[in-house]
Amino acid sequence: MLCALAAIPILIAVAVRLSSAVPAGRGPAFLDRITQNGLFVGVTALLVSVPLFLPLTVGVVAGDTVAGEAGLGTLRYLLVAPAGRVRLLLVKYAGAVAFAITAPLVVALVGAAIGAALFPVGPVTLLSGDSIGAAEALLRLLLIAAYLAVSLMGLSAIGLFMSTLTDVPVGAMASTVVLSVVSQVLDALPQLDWLHPWLFSHYWLDFADLLRQPIAWDSFLTNLLLQGGYVAVFGALAYGRFITKDVLS
Amino acid sequence: MTAVGPATELSIETSGLSKRFGHQLAVDGVDLAVPKGSVFGFLGPNGSGKTTTIRLMLGLAAATSGSVRLLGQDMPGQLREVLPRVGALVEGPAFYPFLSGAANLHRLDAADPHVPAATRAARVHSALERVGLTHAADKKVRAYSLGMKQRLGIANALLAPRELLVLDEPTNGLDPQGTREVRSLVRSLAADGATVFVSSHLLAEVEQICTHAAIMSAGRLVAQGTLAELRQAGQARIRVLTPDAGAAAEVLARLGLSAAADGTATTAVPGSTDSSNAGEVLYAPLPAAATAAAGAGAVAPEAVVAALVAAGVRVRGFATEQVSLEERFVALTGEGFDVVQ
Repeated sequence: MLCALAAIPILIAVAVRLSSAVPAGRGPAFLDRITQNGLFVGVTALLVSVPLFLPLTVGVVAGDTVAGEAGLGTLRYLLVAPAGRVRLLLVKYAGAVAFAITAPLVVALVGAAIGAALFPVGPVTLLSGDSIGAAEALLRLLLIAAYLAVSLMGLSAIGLFMSTLTDVPVGAMASTVVLSVVSQVLDALPQLDWLHPWLFSHYWLDFADLLRQPIAWDSFLTNLLLQGGYVAVFGALAYGRFITKDVLS
Repeated sequence: MTAVGPATELSIETSGLSKRFGHQLAVDGVDLAVPKGSVFGFLGPNGSGKTTTIRLMLGLAAATSGSVRLLGQDMPGQLREVLPRVGALVEGPAFYPFLSGAANLHRLDAADPHVPAATRAARVHSALERVGLTHAADKKVRAYSLGMKQRLGIANALLAPRELLVLDEPTNGLDPQGTREVRSLVRSLAADGATVFVSSHLLAEVEQICTHAAIMSAGRLVAQGTLAELRQAGQARIRVLTPDAGAAAEVLARLGLSAAADGTATTAVPGSTDSSNAGEVLYAPLPAAATAAAGAGAVAPEAVVAALVAAGVRVRGFATEQVSLEERFVALTGEGFDVVQ
């Protein structure tokens, strides 16, 4: 799956390289800037993968955590070992989080690398108008990846909880991915704007603040708080469910 | 296994253990008592609640009511202290198909925080050696046959020195050689002082390796004890082959035995000129020597023959028979596919 994610920036970079100049203002944001500065491949690829690719892969990994073991039948042997239910749940969540951290990082780094290979790299003009060097721009790119990793913590916890509900991993994966889509759809309905700050996907695209000088950390912190809340709630639900679950698979 | 400790020392003890799924009582008031050091056969037809009982014992599922003590400690309350001393094979082996056999064992061993990581490689190697899988240790489990997976499952149960082994259908899918290997493995484990709890529906197997047995039927424990006790619970009987069935029945009745005819024997009796009618077979339960000694009606088999001959009954065949475990099993759990559900 990491390879599939890595393919996204490569695809973008190659497509832009092969096609004629992209008219400004069309396609995903920053797409027209790629030809001037290869570092924008990473930013564009992250932007493109936020709505679907990242939640999809994280949903698959988080949904598979417990249900995958149950489906294989190895869950009973892990518990009899005895791994300890709480310990097993924590390790499984740590695994899902590790993937949520790695996934945006891979997209960003592969994007920067392929961008640097195919296009010139130079100082980047930020949204605030300031200009920063390529090295610092790379740092900002990693910061965006970190922001997205935090954004995916909540979804990972939801996936973990879904995974404790069933012995069929595909069911847990699908319901996690569907929830992320539903959350984004609800976020797009203006009639429900009272609900928007509570949706786990609400701040997913708000990493633009990291492209200002000085960096505005507000959205980063708000997002961290919201995701922390989701981790606490769904972590507790997963714990409550798994600790009393009859393992019959 | 004669060296069983004090009678009170039990490796597994359940009292009133019950498990309800919806409105179906899968396990219904089971009181198991597995003595330390025994090889305990856990018998029962398919669907009689054997595996569910094992899951309850190992803390995989919570009991609806009743309690379990493993190795003298409460389950699932002291699960962390108990389970490292217990090796288990539950409802068939399960492994990651994309990992090799050795890698699977490494992973499952790492799941237990109580065992030393330093000796892991050595323990995995010796467990694989013990079940004869050394040659396939680096093969992906995907490529394993059912019997090899079963062996790997047993190897997993043997990763650490265990005081109790719970093996659910250990010879499932094994060829005759594998079955023999498992049998000798169980014996060697018992010789090392471990208690082995084997669930099975193969009676012959249980008769060969077990010292004790219990029989489940429709979620209930219908019999439990040493193998000898279980066999004795079904009475011994005498079998008389004679053409004078009526007279024989009278003699038997006089001796206090109730005879029942079992049809005509069609096989010719050697030396008999009347080959078309060998005679009728009569069965009569023979009071067990132990119980009869206390009561009045002690009848020795030889006395029965003497009485029959004295009364002029032509005895063409006579035998005392002990019920096999299989007959006892069928008597307790039902005939054919008509098992109690």
